[in-house]
Amino acid sequence: MAGAAGPGTGSGAAGGDGDDSLYPIAVLIDELRNEDVQLRLNSIKKLSTIALALGVERTRTELLPFLTDTIYDEDEVLLALAEQLGNFTGLVGGPDFAHCLLTPSGICHLGHEILAVLQKSCLQPPLESLATVEETVVRDKAVESLRQISQEHTPLALEAHFVPLVKRLASGDWFTSRTSACGLFSVCYPRASNAVKAEIRQHFRSLCSDDTPMVRRAAASKLGEFAKVLELDSVKSEIVPLFTNLASDEQDSVRLLAVEACVSIAQLLSQDDLEVLVMPTLRQAAEDKSWRVRYMVADKFSELQKAVGPKITQNDLIPAFQNLLKDCEAEVRAAAAHKVKELCENLPSEGRETIIMNQVLPYIKCPEVRLNIISNLDCVNEVIGIRQLSQSLLPAIVELAEDAKWRVRLAIIEYMPLLAGQLGVEFFDEKLNSLCMAWLVDHVYAIREAATNNLMKLVQKFGTEWAQNTIVPKVLVMANDPNYLHRMTTLFCINVLSEACGQEITTKQMLPIVLKMAGDQVANVRFNVAKSLQKIGPILDTDALQEEVKPVLQKLGQDEDMDVKYFAQEAISVLALA
Amino acid sequence: MSASSPPAAAGAASAAISASEKVDGFTRKSVRKALRQKRSQGSSQFRTQGSPVELQPLPQLKDATSNEQQELFCQKLQQCCVLFDFMDSVSDLKSKEIKRATLNELVEYVSTNRGVIVESAYSDIVKMISANIFRTLPPSDNPDFDPEEDEPTLEASWPHIQLVYEFFLRFLESPDFQPSIAKRYIDQKFVQQLLELFDSEDPRERDFLKTVLHRIYGKFLGLRAFIRKQINNIFLRFIYETEHFNGVAELLEILGSIINGFALPLKAEHKQFLMKVLIPMHTAKGLALFHAQLAYCVVQFLEKDTTLTEPVIRGLLKFWPKTCSQKEVMFLGEIEEILDVIEPTQFKKIEEPLFKQISKCVSSSHFQVAERALYFWNNEYILSLIEENIDKILPIMFGSLYKISKEHWNPTIVALVYNVLKTLMEMNGKLFDDLTSSYKAERQREKKKELEREELWKKLEELKLKKALENQNNAYNMHSILSNTSDK
Repeated sequence: MAGAAGPGTGSGAAGGDGDDSLYPIAVLIDELRNEDVQLRLNSIKKLSTIALALGVERTRTELLPFLTDTIYDEDEVLLALAEQLGNFTGLVGGPDFAHCLLTPSGICHLGHEILAVLQKSCLQPPLESLATVEETVVRDKAVESLRQISQEHTPLALEAHFVPLVKRLASGDWFTSRTSACGLFSVCYPRASNAVKAEIRQHFRSLCSDDTPMVRRAAASKLGEFAKVLELDSVKSEIVPLFTNLASDEQDSVRLLAVEACVSIAQLLSQDDLEVLVMPTLRQAAEDKSWRVRYMVADKFSELQKAVGPKITQNDLIPAFQNLLKDCEAEVRAAAAHKVKELCENLPSEGRETIIMNQVLPYIKCPEVRLNIISNLDCVNEVIGIRQLSQSLLPAIVELAEDAKWRVRLAIIEYMPLLAGQLGVEFFDEKLNSLCMAWLVDHVYAIREAATNNLMKLVQKFGTEWAQNTIVPKVLVMANDPNYLHRMTTLFCINVLSEACGQEITTKQMLPIVLKMAGDQVANVRFNVAKSLQKIGPILDTDALQEEVKPVLQKLGQDEDMDVKYFAQEAISVLALA
Repeated sequence: MSASSPPAAAGAASAAISASEKVDGFTRKSVRKALRQKRSQGSSQFRTQGSPVELQPLPQLKDATSNEQQELFCQKLQQCCVLFDFMDSVSDLKSKEIKRATLNELVEYVSTNRGVIVESAYSDIVKMISANIFRTLPPSDNPDFDPEEDEPTLEASWPHIQLVYEFFLRFLESPDFQPSIAKRYIDQKFVQQLLELFDSEDPRERDFLKTVLHRIYGKFLGLRAFIRKQINNIFLRFIYETEHFNGVAELLEILGSIINGFALPLKAEHKQFLMKVLIPMHTAKGLALFHAQLAYCVVQFLEKDTTLTEPVIRGLLKFWPKTCSQKEVMFLGEIEEILDVIEPTQFKKIEEPLFKQISKCVSSSHFQVAERALYFWNNEYILSLIEENIDKILPIMFGSLYKISKEHWNPTIVALVYNVLKTLMEMNGKLFDDLTSSYKAERQREKKKELEREELWKKLEELKLKKALENQNNAYNMHSILSNTSDK
């Protein structure tokens, strides 16, 4: 190995120090042969350190050939290697030498015959070999690194070294190399000469009709990317037929990838071309017999909408969207529902409301979808007026508010303050207030608790006067409810409302009720009275505290129930009434 | 490539969950369970169809004169092409019953009568079968379906589909059945669709499919290569793309008997299948579901061609599980199956890497792994192989065994190890004594090597720093020269 270092090693001052410069490669060789995968992995991850220590020339002449020889290893090690090599251009001496990473130095200057022989004997260039590995993550990483390095090639080097590599991969025996090739066409195409361009297109075409579905999937997933770098004429004459074929492939996993490509292709074409060349295929995809393909259409809907423009959207996509919203598979419906917001945002402002009200909302039936819409209300609101929206959503809200599952009810409560803020006092009082009050007597504690907190947020929004007129009377009435749980809810409400309502309302309206409840026959209510007094105490003035609260707490302090006594005494000490 | 996996599965379900998940702190599993209960019967294909025609009962075949029978048979086949929505359990009850009875009658008709499968009937028969069984499988209710733990979603339209499969099988197995006619209808496209159905979550359906495909493979020589290639593709997609396919075990079972029938010498295509598909399948997450069938296939290959032993074992060692003890136990089981049929000359080729792995397994802190590996010493044939090669194997195994005999937490393992050490000692007492006495020195040498390695890396790191510093200095010098010139 050491003998291979020719003249001109001294790129750095360390080159003079013979022993030191031999060091790195020796370490690497030793470590790469270690039985422990972890140690092999460590040394690969430090590859750049080694290369740096070796200097560019010896990295080219010794390190890379060595790596090429030892390339058969566990996928984990290969993955690390593929990743490292992507950042190696600087370490092999810059763009002029980037091709060494494809083909080890020495080999690249040999004639084609010898090259062919060498390749047959498995001495393949590092990244090229890595791009043929079975394990997908390794291959993907190798392709990623190759794409990165391709940018560092001069146009000349690209044609001399990179394009031949892509061609070799594209005509490889095993599907893995052909799959990898699919990702490399678009990076070399723009900088290739016209003759080479034609060849590249030819290779891509044949991969699109490859025998192996894995390769067709890879080609389909790169179709859009490739279309973007092609000349418009070639897009129309070559890409569109490929697209049409892939979109009617026998395997749905291929067809659905064509939908993705559709977005990119549509962006490149004029409206008229679109109508003729793309729309028939897209319409067919939206009604594909496989739900996966329909799902993809739903999932890419916003992108498609932007790509085809408002006119086709109005004529074609909106009806398709309606169908997706009532698709027989829940997955497809959910995907479509996710796009409602963006769909509405992207509609032209003129006529937007009409489309939404007449063509979108009526098709939304499923409660989960509605819940999703309600949760995104502030976004939808930006698009159309809240009033109109709530008209059509109100039935849904009411329905969900009474859902049998308490978690759904809980979800709806969470949105109440938001709704209230957007609908305004009047509308709220008219339609939603009774719901909010009904939750206070729900049979699930979590709901009652959430409803209580909800009241506080509402008061913060609508102000104390509203609270005094609307909420407080209703809350206080419950203090006489035969069910002690409801009586306790009154106390909980007072706990949170007192602060929002301020001293006057608390003293005049709430305190008397609390004090009266101190005589409740249920101990739980009584100790909650003590807790409530402790809570609202700081809001009251000293007079009220001394004259009204103190005697009651003292009495509770003598209660026969342990807990009542405990909480009363706690309140006395906290309020400093002792 | 992420988009190539079935997209809806994960995406949609998480979307449906997220709203409720936001508010309750419950884990996804609980929400998922709730969702699943709601749709536990959900699986059907015919929801897109328009409202079905109401069926009118036809006269019984057995009551018809022999002239009319053929005509009536075809009418009944056509009638059975009408599909019904089984998600709606109350709709079309009468028609559903008529179709069920008709299918029953058809099954009976082709299995008890001779000469009823005439050339003109093939087209209608295959059309009826295709119309009923070929469909896009619905999305899985449970994207993280764990076949070991979760109940599979059953096919809702099974009352009809089962009879159609039944009929299909009787048709294929009938003495009157002529592949030369049938191949016009049962072609590559047909088989392709049939193979896709193996992804069905319903085990009853996969069971029928298995028998059906087996019959087709047996009777249609022209389709064999195609079937193998398509299975190949399904497996590759399973390994490298989706990691999900319900019918892997069933397909492997069929392959087991296909491999059994391979002619010798094996074609390159078959060897490639073994090395590039079957061996990598060991990496699958759900290996437990099909390991028995997979190991059977592998052993079948080795019984056919013993020279494959070395690459197979090296392949298994390459994919040896690193974190999953359950899979490690399965691998050990498979290795034992292979060793059961190994030729002594092949054994010599792989004994070193193999026993290095076994030595690691023996010292696993998971007692089931250690136990499974130690059970090898209960196998007479393996024991004889070890004895023949004791000079090679004992030095590899000794270190681990010696260490466990002192350190393992599990008393059963320690007891087993003592027995193994005893057996090994009896095989070559001299070597055993040598190893015992050099054990400590060996350990110390290892420790020293460890230190040296750290030292090496440290030095390398320093070298790198030095270089970086030099470059910096150079850059600094250049910079100062430049700034000096510009000053002037």
